[in-house]
Amino acid sequence: MSAAPRRALPPWAEIGLLPLVNVALALITVGIIVMAIGVDPLRALNLLVVGALGSSEAIGYTLYYATNFAFTGLAVAVAFHAGLFNIGGEGQAYIGGLGAGLCVLALDRFLPGVIVVPLAILAAAAFGAAWAAVPAWLQAHRGSHIVITTIMFNFVAAALMVYLMVNVLIAPGSMTPQSRGFEGTRMPAMHEVLAALGITVAQSALNLSILLAIVCCVGVWAFLWHTPWGYALRTMGHNPDAATYAGNDLKKLTMIAMCLSGALAGFVGVNEILGVHQRLVLDFTAGYGFAGIAVSLMGRNHPLGIALAALLFGALQQGGAELAFEIPAMTREMVVVIQGLVILFSGALANLPRPWLQALLARVRRA
Amino acid sequence: MSEGFDLIVLTLAATLRVATPLILCAMGGLFSERSGIIDVGLEGKMLMAAFAAGTVAAVTDSAWLAVAAAILASTAMALLHGFACITWRGNQVVSGVAINIIAAGLTVVLGTAFFARGGQTPALEPEARLMPITLPGAESLVGVPVLGPIYRSLISGQNVLVYVALLSVPLTWWIVGKTRFGLRLRAVGEMPLAVDTAGISVSWLRYRAVLLCGLLAGIAGAYLAIAQNAGFSRDMTAGQGFIALAAIIFGKWRPLPAFGACLMFGLLDAVAIRLQGVRMPGLGEVPVQLIQALPYLLTILLLAGFIGRAGAPRAIGVPYEKEH
Repeated sequence: MSAAPRRALPPWAEIGLLPLVNVALALITVGIIVMAIGVDPLRALNLLVVGALGSSEAIGYTLYYATNFAFTGLAVAVAFHAGLFNIGGEGQAYIGGLGAGLCVLALDRFLPGVIVVPLAILAAAAFGAAWAAVPAWLQAHRGSHIVITTIMFNFVAAALMVYLMVNVLIAPGSMTPQSRGFEGTRMPAMHEVLAALGITVAQSALNLSILLAIVCCVGVWAFLWHTPWGYALRTMGHNPDAATYAGNDLKKLTMIAMCLSGALAGFVGVNEILGVHQRLVLDFTAGYGFAGIAVSLMGRNHPLGIALAALLFGALQQGGAELAFEIPAMTREMVVVIQGLVILFSGALANLPRPWLQALLARVRRA
Repeated sequence: MSEGFDLIVLTLAATLRVATPLILCAMGGLFSERSGIIDVGLEGKMLMAAFAAGTVAAVTDSAWLAVAAAILASTAMALLHGFACITWRGNQVVSGVAINIIAAGLTVVLGTAFFARGGQTPALEPEARLMPITLPGAESLVGVPVLGPIYRSLISGQNVLVYVALLSVPLTWWIVGKTRFGLRLRAVGEMPLAVDTAGISVSWLRYRAVLLCGLLAGIAGAYLAIAQNAGFSRDMTAGQGFIALAAIIFGKWRPLPAFGACLMFGLLDAVAIRLQGVRMPGLGEVPVQLIQALPYLLTILLLAGFIGRAGAPRAIGVPYEKEH
């Protein structure tokens, strides 16, 4: 009933082939589901690609979604490298957005946008980090299981946001729970910035947050592989005993990893609240926090892989919306199914194709 | 006295109704977790089950076929979890998260494809649902002071699945605590090597635990779709699978305390609706959201060791490798 013992594949197959086969298995399963509900998968794929990349507007939205996926994917990856599983990205993104929103609501009537926006970005990071710091502290000092605590914190964040939006931050006279609009403070939209540079693209939700996402990708890479802290963090992930023996304080490392993770997740709030909604609203995280797990697993926890996976998921999100518009039997939730299947095949069942690949490679070598 | 007494009886009856899916899920999750398999996927299993129940009830008008379909759907997800975690020794939390996300998406995708109602299943007629059962003598005994109203409103008049849930508690307690299977189950969650050395299959034991979990979570999902409500609606589990998980932890992985936690969380939910806008002496208006968040907050405090110590099965979350 148990599978064959785990043997390593050659490095190129381990890094390149196995992840591709995992994703392929997930996509084949999706194809079967699409066929089962009576839609031609090739037609669906065609519509999806056109919907995601067919126009400058479509590409704009794809990149806008990818920005969110990159933030939450990086958030999961940083914690993962430290051997911690942060399922709380959803809550941290929520609270990060709250931080950005509160900062703008407090300052936008007194200070110009150029000053408020950077402050709001810092606030998003600080709030997201703080929301991750509590489970981190509880794990480090009280021995709580971080998976359970971060799950619980997602629900607490949701309850807190509903309370604040309904009772405290709601705009006077508003029927829906949303704050007043920001005044003169927002993340500049990409089509405006490009227009100023003389490049015309269609209007979309894409804003300068994507530059922040790119900076974060590079920053996480530099931090994890080119700083002593990053080295200590990865050591802890591989072998906590070795990390202790090398003189590291694991409690401190846990705090650092989770705060960084939370801050990265909090940047979803920058893209959504500062970039798109320009007011505080409910439910703007829309599952990006959980999708980050899929992004990180698919990207093998490496910033470059995460960037590519974020682009793919962004394209799926945007293309999926167009697909649902064209084929009534399809819904946007198909994208959620894909995310779940990627987590299953790239995460929990990652070793499923291994024996099969080993046999295949052995046969190729013999031939 | 009578009005306040009636209110208490009605609140307790409401508590029981709200707690039923929590109890079923918690007992199911307990089997899985005591065998060493973390179950973050209770929510997803229950959601799939609710969808299967809603769909089959809408198509066949048979409530019992719907329950069977719910159990089948939930058990299929449980088998997937077992396949990933036991056979392939995958990360149990990752597998559970995958199941939750797949269920959240697939129920809406299939629901839209089948019924084109934005993910909902058609509203069910009473014949296709499981309705409250009136026990014999409920009306004639109502004149009996105290016991009469309790019998009519609390003990009688509940859904058949409420009774199933209540029955699942002593049954779980007996199986886990008193049978040979239960002993082995607990042993495999604490020290699988010892069980393996005794010549008992670790995998088969854990598969049976995971399947029992699927069975009970399936009944919980059926309750949501065809007993408590008249059909499936998207995301209708709304975190109850996680509250059940919290109840398992709160009950320190033991059936009776976990049952107590379910009742407490159910009571919180039942009074939250009544307390909306009510001013409490000395506290002012208690936000409903605070009461809704209380199960999670209490569990966080418990896990942190501020309310006693939560003793998880020692081998929980660790895949067993026979080749050690």
